[in-house]
Amino acid sequence: MAAYQLQINGKKMFAEAEADMPLLWVIRDVLGLKGTKYGCGIAQCGACTIHVDGVPVRSCQIPIAELSRKAKITTIEGIGETPLHAIQEAWIEEQVPQCGYCQSGQIMSAVALLKGNPQPTDEEIKSAMNGNLCRCGTYDRIQKGIKNAAMALKAGASPVSNDK
Amino acid sequence: MKYSATSRRLFIKTSALAGVGLVLGLPKLKGEALSSISKNLPPEFINLEINPFIIIRTDGSITLINPRPDMGQGSIQAAPSLLAEELEVSLEKVTIIQSDGQSKYGSQQSGGSSTVRGLWYPLRKAGAAAKEMLIQAAAVKWATTTDNCFAKDARIYLKNTDKSFSYGELAEEAAKLPVPKNPKLKNPAEFTLLGKYNKRLDIPSKVTGKAVFGIDIEVPGMVYACILHSPAIHASILSIDDSKTLMVKGVQKVIRCKRTMPHRQSDAVAVIASNWWAAQKGRSLLTVKWDEGQLPTTQTTDAYFQKAYEAAKKEGVRHEEKGDFLAKFNTASAKLEAVYETPFLAHAPIEPECAVVHYKEDGTAEIWAHVQGPDGGLADAARFLGIDQDKIKFHVPLLGGSFGRKAYHDYLSEACYLAKELKKPVKVLWTREDDITQGPYRPGMLSRVQGMVANGKLTGFHHHAIGESIVGQVFNGLKPDEADPWLSGELSTENNQYQFPVSKVSWTHVKTEIPIVWWRSVYASNFGWGQECFIDELAHLAGKDPLEARLDLLKDERFRKVLETLAEKSNWKEKLPSGKGKGLAIFASFGSISACCITVSKSGKGIIIEKAVSVIDCGHYVNPDNVVAQTQGNIVMGISAAIKDGITFSNGKCDQTNYHEYQILRMNEIPEMEVHIIQSGAEPGGVGEPGLPPVAPALGNAIFAATGQRIRKLPIDITSIS
Repeated sequence: MAAYQLQINGKKMFAEAEADMPLLWVIRDVLGLKGTKYGCGIAQCGACTIHVDGVPVRSCQIPIAELSRKAKITTIEGIGETPLHAIQEAWIEEQVPQCGYCQSGQIMSAVALLKGNPQPTDEEIKSAMNGNLCRCGTYDRIQKGIKNAAMALKAGASPVSNDK
Repeated sequence: MKYSATSRRLFIKTSALAGVGLVLGLPKLKGEALSSISKNLPPEFINLEINPFIIIRTDGSITLINPRPDMGQGSIQAAPSLLAEELEVSLEKVTIIQSDGQSKYGSQQSGGSSTVRGLWYPLRKAGAAAKEMLIQAAAVKWATTTDNCFAKDARIYLKNTDKSFSYGELAEEAAKLPVPKNPKLKNPAEFTLLGKYNKRLDIPSKVTGKAVFGIDIEVPGMVYACILHSPAIHASILSIDDSKTLMVKGVQKVIRCKRTMPHRQSDAVAVIASNWWAAQKGRSLLTVKWDEGQLPTTQTTDAYFQKAYEAAKKEGVRHEEKGDFLAKFNTASAKLEAVYETPFLAHAPIEPECAVVHYKEDGTAEIWAHVQGPDGGLADAARFLGIDQDKIKFHVPLLGGSFGRKAYHDYLSEACYLAKELKKPVKVLWTREDDITQGPYRPGMLSRVQGMVANGKLTGFHHHAIGESIVGQVFNGLKPDEADPWLSGELSTENNQYQFPVSKVSWTHVKTEIPIVWWRSVYASNFGWGQECFIDELAHLAGKDPLEARLDLLKDERFRKVLETLAEKSNWKEKLPSGKGKGLAIFASFGSISACCITVSKSGKGIIIEKAVSVIDCGHYVNPDNVVAQTQGNIVMGISAAIKDGITFSNGKCDQTNYHEYQILRMNEIPEMEVHIIQSGAEPGGVGEPGLPPVAPALGNAIFAATGQRIRKLPIDITSIS
């Protein structure tokens, strides 16, 4: 068991874990941040999506020992605490979630998309979001939510990202 | 073991009947009765429980109980809305908590799309009764009659004055009054909440990661379990070598345990660790020898379907018949016969199965499990633990999807088993591989269909349903010579309303040991495919437009309206260019009527699904946006079921393991979608499931229209329509 220092949502955190424990389980079970979800363990569903240095990654695939010590991690808890991020506002406006379980991952992918590409086309949205499964079938509303958020951002609604 | 005494269909009926019972059975709230009701509540609620669903505290705060767990279908909004409408309170200003399985809440199973249609009257009556009691209490205080008082926004007002009392100020007096047995319900024209667009109040917590799902439960002193199941599901253990497992840091113990399913109990091996990752790693290092017996030959989907196709060559057990179908069929000059096939499917909710159970030294237990029915979960847990229900405190967190799966309590049985061994809180979490390979699944089924036409009309239809029975396997409730009674809800004339001169529904039971259970829309998801594609075949044989052929057979105004609306909204009659096609289907299930029109176009060797238009008549509903959301979800899940590979078993084992092999629809695969709701004002029907059954046949019929290829077996490989 080794101790790791992590930067999560702008805060320094310490986790004691085995070197091969994926970041997903460090975040959920060691640090108690439950917003990031487990769905498949093999990077097929996207429920565990977080940002490492602003880039969306599947946290189930990153053993903690392989994480750079300087890496800045953002989880759903670090997105738009106050005010909500434009994506979260759009999710509420479009009433996107049903069960809501996959939505942390969906939102992390969507926030990263808009950060790099503030006005994505339909094809760009699909390509960025295709790794995130939703069994309830909320895809149509996710697409609309991203478009609405992009429009709101263009109009200067709220910051592109509160990534810390 | 004894699972649940009633079938789901029976269950729905009794829950509807309980509507009367709930109101009549409202507890007497005087003196000792009040304290006995309150004793099982959390301390913050020990105040004034006007009835089981409404708690008003003297400080004015109001708590409404949602008796139906939310798995995404919106019951967390729908059920409290029924109370709030009649009680005249705003959902924004109340606290909503999930029921805990106690019998005073009546049946609590989210299933059979039953929340709104089952609770439409009971919860409204509960709200109205409480309101009348509050009005009565206010009238006494003002020394006036009740007709001088009215309720609005959690206050009772004295007419033509500025006097009012908050509900909190009246609650104590109100609770002493007799409960009105027949409170007056609002006329739907007066509704301010029901039938109106309202944002779901659970959604903010679901966009910030704060919503608490079953998997998120953590209690002090908890250990984690990852369980090795037999790849052949029912194999028994010959030997266990756990030496490598026990060397994994964090692993504490390896325990032989049991997975209890309704039809069998199977061996399993649990790895207990201080964290779940260690438990899972430890599991991967176990060496277990299994005795698979005959399972490698008997437990395969090929063997199952072979038996089913053999059955399709013979007559089945009659379920219902109008006229002498066979005599007419034998002498008909224009007739068709076909067999339609649907595969086994996994529910695959993104949140896998999970339960936390704490069995304490004093023989009591506390449980957190994302079951669909707190009452059924509590009853099963009591059996699994061998203790009385009143010794268990049962919590139901949110379900991260379910679609029928989490009403099957095998994962809870494992957690109970381990909790009793460990005497400390234990969290059982299944891996995705467990979820996909272990079942239970929607059964694969055959529809053997026969029909005839004459003079441009469809004149006869026989639907012979073949396969494993949920009533049979899950409830052990099907006699050998009996047709599955659930066919009534799917294929009976009463349900589909097709008025054929002669018709017949029959059944052959083909058994399998592969665990099965209901899956979103149950058999309607299987038999809608055969029924609606074959109607299309017969229409073409009769030289009739498939829409007109259906309208010819349907006298029921609601069915006709759904189809006519679909035709209009989908522009059914437009002329399409070559290589494009539209298909439609209609199916009634769970008290609602839904139809779908799909447009496809040829693309290379395959087709593209361009658009899906769905129409639903679900009678009165709570939130139109949720009806749309559920129907959109049903289009997506229906297409997924139609074009993605199903579950197959070879050598006794499931061939698929995770989402890379059991694929579900992704964002780039969804068509443009439209949903239209018919404002019929009829009694409420279901919403969570009825949108699904027409989707696959609409697609199959569209492919025929575009390509001339009639597909009778799901799934369809849309990249290659030869």
